[in-house]
Amino acid sequence: MATAEVYPASEPERWTYLDRVRTRAGPFTNPDAFDGTVVAEAVENMKILVIGAGGLGCELLKNLALSGFKNIHVIDMDTIDISNLNRQFLFRQADVGKSKAEVAAKFVEQRVKGVKITAHNCKIQEKDEDFYMQFQIVVCGLDSIEARRWINATLVNMVDEDVEDSYKPLIDGGTEGFKGQARVIFPTVTSCIECQLDMHAPRAAVPLCTLASIPRQPEHCIEWAHVIAWDREKPFPELDKDDPEHITWLYQKALLRAHEFKIPGVTYALTQGVVKNIIPAIAATNSVIAAACCNEAFKIATNCAPSLGYPDANYMMYSGNDNIYTYTFRHEKKDDCPVCGNLARELVVDPAWTLRELVDSFAVRPEAQLKKPSIRAESKTLYMQSPKSLEEKTRPNLDKTLIELGLANDEEIGVTDPAFATVSFKFKLKFQKSE
Amino acid sequence: MLKIWSMILQKKEQQKAENAEGAAGGKKKKVTAAQLRVQKDLSELSLGTTMTTDFPDPDNILSFILYVEPDEGMYRGGRFSFTFNITPNFPHEPPKVQCREKIYHPNIDLEGKVCLNILREDWKPVLNLNAVIVGLQFLFLEPNASDPLNKEAAEDLRLNREGFKRNVRSAMGGGSVKGQTFDRVLK
Ligand SMILES: [Zn+2]
Repeated sequence: MATAEVYPASEPERWTYLDRVRTRAGPFTNPDAFDGTVVAEAVENMKILVIGAGGLGCELLKNLALSGFKNIHVIDMDTIDISNLNRQFLFRQADVGKSKAEVAAKFVEQRVKGVKITAHNCKIQEKDEDFYMQFQIVVCGLDSIEARRWINATLVNMVDEDVEDSYKPLIDGGTEGFKGQARVIFPTVTSCIECQLDMHAPRAAVPLCTLASIPRQPEHCIEWAHVIAWDREKPFPELDKDDPEHITWLYQKALLRAHEFKIPGVTYALTQGVVKNIIPAIAATNSVIAAACCNEAFKIATNCAPSLGYPDANYMMYSGNDNIYTYTFRHEKKDDCPVCGNLARELVVDPAWTLRELVDSFAVRPEAQLKKPSIRAESKTLYMQSPKSLEEKTRPNLDKTLIELGLANDEEIGVTDPAFATVSFKFKLKFQKSE
Repeated sequence: MLKIWSMILQKKEQQKAENAEGAAGGKKKKVTAAQLRVQKDLSELSLGTTMTTDFPDPDNILSFILYVEPDEGMYRGGRFSFTFNITPNFPHEPPKVQCREKIYHPNIDLEGKVCLNILREDWKPVLNLNAVIVGLQFLFLEPNASDPLNKEAAEDLRLNREGFKRNVRSAMGGGSVKGQTFDRVLK
């Protein structure tokens, strides 16, 4: 077989095995998308972001560095705890108390020559869109749904249909005990994390009034003890979730309340789990899931094989509970997804209409049927039915025409109505003069 | 690099072409998720008779003032105002709420920082602005000595409820308590 001149010319031995997939097309390679002479260079120049430097993050950083990625950033706000050391293998006892991102970055840089890892010791929410815009791929190894939803919404909102670089593939790994998942999201194109929320067991996000007045589940009783009883009685100056005495206090409070409302199932272990939001972590599961995520990153970066997410399956679930089982399927995008699915529907209007005519039209439009709509454009509050002060300030708009209000063809408006508490509508104005 | 994108974009282009005759160019303005959520929260707000709002710039609904005028409890007869600043990350992040007056309250410090669990550690995206304003209203009906931000006021309340009430009245009138002068908030 003829050997083509391929990048990198240096260190051919070091990358012998990687080059077998980086330089040659395989049976599943799309010939239109793959060019074996440039793949290695392209991957080296790519900036990839790893979110989380915990159990999954350590694995991800090591895997990516050994897969030819040379410009890696890692972000994590946590510091190293002694209980991390059993599985977060980039950390040593002497590192306890230091930043996870910084220690992990330094460790991998030292072990894998030629890789540059930039550490960000902060919350993902502290970074803005400009920060996320610099990466070509984002890989998540997080243990919180909250953080996943945030990065998902951020990446979806960053999409500008006209700018190819604004689409950031999101690869998300997650583990819980012996179970885990790896999924790929192409923001606005494929089903997003918000679409897939039903794949997560809901974690206590219960309104306080439920906790206070109508608990239904053992978790409610525990949260009540945690949020309300503790604050009311302050048995200790500050809640230390690692102090068994504190957990015992919460457990007993929760148990009393559970008896009062005849709810079974409150145990010490559950109390600890709810209060500490514990997700049991198993090193082997992290390793399997991180490998799958790294594989996806590699495939997206190189085009050497089709990745998850396009054109078909986007979600790989793994279970090691009773045996080894994996299932890969397509999770459908949801039309009513509040993040990616709530796409604006077209609304034909006459630009000479007054705002009042537009408001009234919502009551009779079969697709809306809104009796008390409040309407806003991106940077203008058109008409709000409440609160009172805003209603008064926006009422004069009712007599202005859409043109006078500065609305343009194709502009988006948001419409809400208290009768539809769970949904809000987005419409894209389509100007059409009525004859 | 990432040629998959050109494929995806092609597909999107096709879909667009199938759906419509092609939209006009130009950067269109999109309503953000945070704005839409705030709009929804505002249209469901129940302010009752003791609360009002003011929007200095009605086009910016992410920033407004809430007035609370308790009609019972020890803070009755006062008019307290709070600034609400909502970030683009709402509802992933709670609104930032601050009292504009210097008042004598165990759960509000002299800088106006408010100690309310749902504004910090217990904020969840399922909570809405209504939950926050109900919480604020509750702070005036039931000042809470066990969760203090102004420790002196909390101690005062715990040790001598009647004396605390008198101090609240005098602070509300613009007087001074324990060496601190407070803002007059009586209507
Ligand atoms: Zn979605």
